[in-house]
Amino acid sequence: MIEAIGLGQTYSSGGRPLTVLKDINLTVEAGGFLAIVGPSGSGKTTLLGLLAGLDEASSGTVFVDGVNLAGLTEDERSEFRAGNVGFVFQTFQLIPTLTARENVLVPLELLGVNGNALEERMVELLSHVGLADRLDHYPAQLSGGEQQRVALARAFANRPKILFADEPTGNLDVDTGHKIIDLMVELNRDFETTLVLVTHDPELASRANRVIRLSGGQIISDTRNGDK
Amino acid sequence: MSLRFALRHARREGRSSVRRIGLYMGAITLGVAALVAINSFRGNIVEAIRSESRALLGADLEVHSSRRFPDPVQGILDSAAAAGVPRSTVTSLPSMARSPVTEMSRLVHLRAIEGDFPYYGEIGTDPTDAWGRLQEGRHAVVEATVTAQLDIAVGDSVTVGEAAFQIIGIITSSPGEVSFQSAVGPRIYIPAAYLEETGLIQFGSLVRYQTYLQIEDNPTLQDFLNRYNSVFEDNQVGYNTVAEQVENLTEAFENMTRFLGLVGLTALLLGGVGVASAVHVYTKEKLNTVAVLRCLGATQRTVFTAYLVQAAALGFLGAAAGVILGLAVQRTLPNVLGDLLPMEVSVAVDWLAVVAGLVIGVWVASVFALLPLVSVRDIPPLRALRRELEEVPRRFTVSRGVAGGALLASVLVISLWQAPLPALGWVYAGGIVGTVVLLWVTARLLMRMTRRHFPKRARYVIRQGVANLFRPQNQTAAVIIALGFGTFLIATIYLVQRNILEPFTIDSGAEAPNLFLFDIQHDQQEGVADLLREHGAPPLQLTPLIPARLSAINGRPVDEILADSSGPVIPRWALRREYRHTYRDTLAPTEELIAGEWWDTAAPTTSGLPQVSIEQDIADELHVGIGDRVTWDFQGIPVEVEISSVRRVNWARFELNFFFVFEPRALAAAPPTIIAFTRIDDMQQRANFQRDLVRQYPNVSVADLALLQEALESVLDKVTLGVRFMALFSIASGIIVLFGAIATSRFHRIREGVLLKTLGATRKQIGHILLTEYLTLGTLAGLTGILLAGLSAWGLVRFMFELDFHLPSAPLAALWLGVAVLTAGIGLLNGRDVLKKPPLAVIREIAE
Repeated sequence: MIEAIGLGQTYSSGGRPLTVLKDINLTVEAGGFLAIVGPSGSGKTTLLGLLAGLDEASSGTVFVDGVNLAGLTEDERSEFRAGNVGFVFQTFQLIPTLTARENVLVPLELLGVNGNALEERMVELLSHVGLADRLDHYPAQLSGGEQQRVALARAFANRPKILFADEPTGNLDVDTGHKIIDLMVELNRDFETTLVLVTHDPELASRANRVIRLSGGQIISDTRNGDK
Repeated sequence: MSLRFALRHARREGRSSVRRIGLYMGAITLGVAALVAINSFRGNIVEAIRSESRALLGADLEVHSSRRFPDPVQGILDSAAAAGVPRSTVTSLPSMARSPVTEMSRLVHLRAIEGDFPYYGEIGTDPTDAWGRLQEGRHAVVEATVTAQLDIAVGDSVTVGEAAFQIIGIITSSPGEVSFQSAVGPRIYIPAAYLEETGLIQFGSLVRYQTYLQIEDNPTLQDFLNRYNSVFEDNQVGYNTVAEQVENLTEAFENMTRFLGLVGLTALLLGGVGVASAVHVYTKEKLNTVAVLRCLGATQRTVFTAYLVQAAALGFLGAAAGVILGLAVQRTLPNVLGDLLPMEVSVAVDWLAVVAGLVIGVWVASVFALLPLVSVRDIPPLRALRRELEEVPRRFTVSRGVAGGALLASVLVISLWQAPLPALGWVYAGGIVGTVVLLWVTARLLMRMTRRHFPKRARYVIRQGVANLFRPQNQTAAVIIALGFGTFLIATIYLVQRNILEPFTIDSGAEAPNLFLFDIQHDQQEGVADLLREHGAPPLQLTPLIPARLSAINGRPVDEILADSSGPVIPRWALRREYRHTYRDTLAPTEELIAGEWWDTAAPTTSGLPQVSIEQDIADELHVGIGDRVTWDFQGIPVEVEISSVRRVNWARFELNFFFVFEPRALAAAPPTIIAFTRIDDMQQRANFQRDLVRQYPNVSVADLALLQEALESVLDKVTLGVRFMALFSIASGIIVLFGAIATSRFHRIREGVLLKTLGATRKQIGHILLTEYLTLGTLAGLTGILLAGLSAWGLVRFMFELDFHLPSAPLAALWLGVAVLTAGIGLLNGRDVLKKPPLAVIREIAE
């Protein structure tokens, strides 16, 4: 599903080049659940961004579902994301001026879904995450866990082939975090989505079927857990 | 698909954008209101001129001259009348009107009427039948000013020259007349049959002869003109037709209203600057939302469109409100401009103006939003993951270039569309852009200077206040532009008006004259001088005045010069106008010799011709210089003179100045009329002198310069009232932008203030911080605005009005202080929440 070959990323910081990722080679199978772990500054988020096509790599290539991301223009990458990718962020990143319903609708509308199908899908998703009664609430009126559940509903709205999650429990208390992970794994299974997750949390990582550890911008370990 | 999403997203986000940008749209509303009001009213004026075209002239053809019609012209008019063409004549001249009862007198404009004028429209009177009875006897119909100032009423008699008339009615309306004319010389109509009796028509009197013909059929009128045009031209007789009158009036009022529209357009452009600044801040707040949208697959174009649609939609709301307000304001315009209009104008909606207002409003809001919105395209989706991601440094991109180009082009196109002349459109657009750029540069300099020369040793509150000027999310540029622009506008209008009035200000010095006597006949000067002495006035400054027309230059007749297209182009007016000459032995204080010699020292001319001194500008126009010969026609008597010197004249002084000054011997034979200035301090004495003068010499007119100045001021006031009225919109727009700019930074200020309060800052300290910041902004913006105004007013006064420029310091200082205080006031008002409420309450409010 995802194949990274010789992936490297170098930023310029204060006029000097700063290498964040070096020669990453990685393959993620369809339907898999990959956790990327490592200390702060090890390049986790950068790798996630590159795999999702949010940024252009300095070197190497990424194939997602057979598509070479480096060969796409900025707009083509956007369209690719709209059709194939879902995101969950540490800080939820709901659009504060839109209600829960409207936040979930965004990816569907970007895909041009219309009419009843749109509403049905939105209600289905929000019901799935247990928020059928909070459709018209603004993010500020929801708790952190509820916001992340809306974000999950949004992430699955376009039936993504791959879901990228960046520290999805980082801003939540332990209990709520567990519930979110359960929900994510459940959705992953229900919708047959490939899941790529960045986390600090060893417990969360242990639920993935594969864990790669980054340090200094390089993969230092790649372990597979037993089947979930 | 992306457009559909963009529209949907724009609608949803609209809820928050209304809150953030909505205030600025108030400025767009004001701008559109100003434009719709004036442009719709222009439509009404043009319509009124068209529908009342004939009434405005009163006839189909008007023929005029400043001397009796020469025989060929009179012959044409007589034969037309003999052929049955209805004809009226109007002979008008300034004169004194006196009441034999109250003994008061006043300068008036006498009009002697013969025939059934006007043929179209009517002169309204009170009582209504007065105009119809005018010709029935020694009757007069007068303007209300005459009866008011002579303290008489209908039924009383009034003396004009040596004849007395009974006032039978007051004029209530007369198409084609502008009401402020009466401030200088109110009209008195009498039957022409009695004009001779007044004894006012004498050599040199300032008489205008007009004949009105009613030739209803247009082809006949055109035939008539085709046939006799050359005769009129050859005899220097002018004429007006209804079509010409309509064209001239339409053009004049189009120009006037278009010019006022430009003043109104300033409000709209100022609103645009406000929108740009608000959108800039708004997009900064939306960085995250945009990054998330990009993550979710929105293209650059989709997010850009979503926000542009928001700006355009708000622009539409603002413009629609502006149209409604504008149509309401349009109803008040007849009160503001009515005194300048020669007819009643009824107010109606001009749909073209409405549509234009809407389109321009939306366009300005969108195009000004474009530049800050371009940066939305550059927000990387990665920002959703990495908040700390550095802001992309601003660099020149094609889209930025296109946005900037579209902005400049729009300002230019709208200016050219609104301006009366293309040149004025260019100057206006250049002036607006230049002013905004200079103010922006000032703001950037202020930020850089305060950062570099930061007052490290100052008290904490000062340091904090100064630092606010250059901190992130500051509104320094927006506040300085809004404030500076408003100040610039107020100061420019004030300075121009003040400088135009300056030359007319009667010098309060003991020597300066305050009475102006004219039409004194040659044989009356001794008598008038005696009378002045009796009233204790200083000796007269007498100036002889002789009217003449140019007949040849260096022996070449004027007609030949005009017909010749190969030589240098001499303007027609310079060759055809009636000149008023004088003769004297010495230079006047307002004159300076720049070439040649005055006749007291110059050798006699080789040709033996008498000498004349020419003013430099008219010398340039006529393409003549020292040694050239000029032949004049003094009421039929040819006099040839040779130019022996060139003078520079200070026209700005309120004194009598002349294009040509003759050597006395040249005009010894021609009888001049005399004009004179004198001074009588006491008001009662002045009135007594006028009374005695008019009784003894009824043909002599006297103008009280203080009254004249008052009249001029009132005229200028009426003319500038429109400008000031339209400027009000810009000032209000500026205040909205100022409020908006300060309000935009309000949340940051409050958050900071609350934090400071939590850390133990007192309300007084926070107040001082705000005061320092806004006082600095106000002081600097005010100063920049005033300096720019000085520059632009100097340019206008010097080059457009060709007057001397003075900079009155006290009023400008007051304006400066006012601006600084206003800014500080608005700043403190905005921060009042921090000052009043406990920190927790404010934190909650922000959290909501």
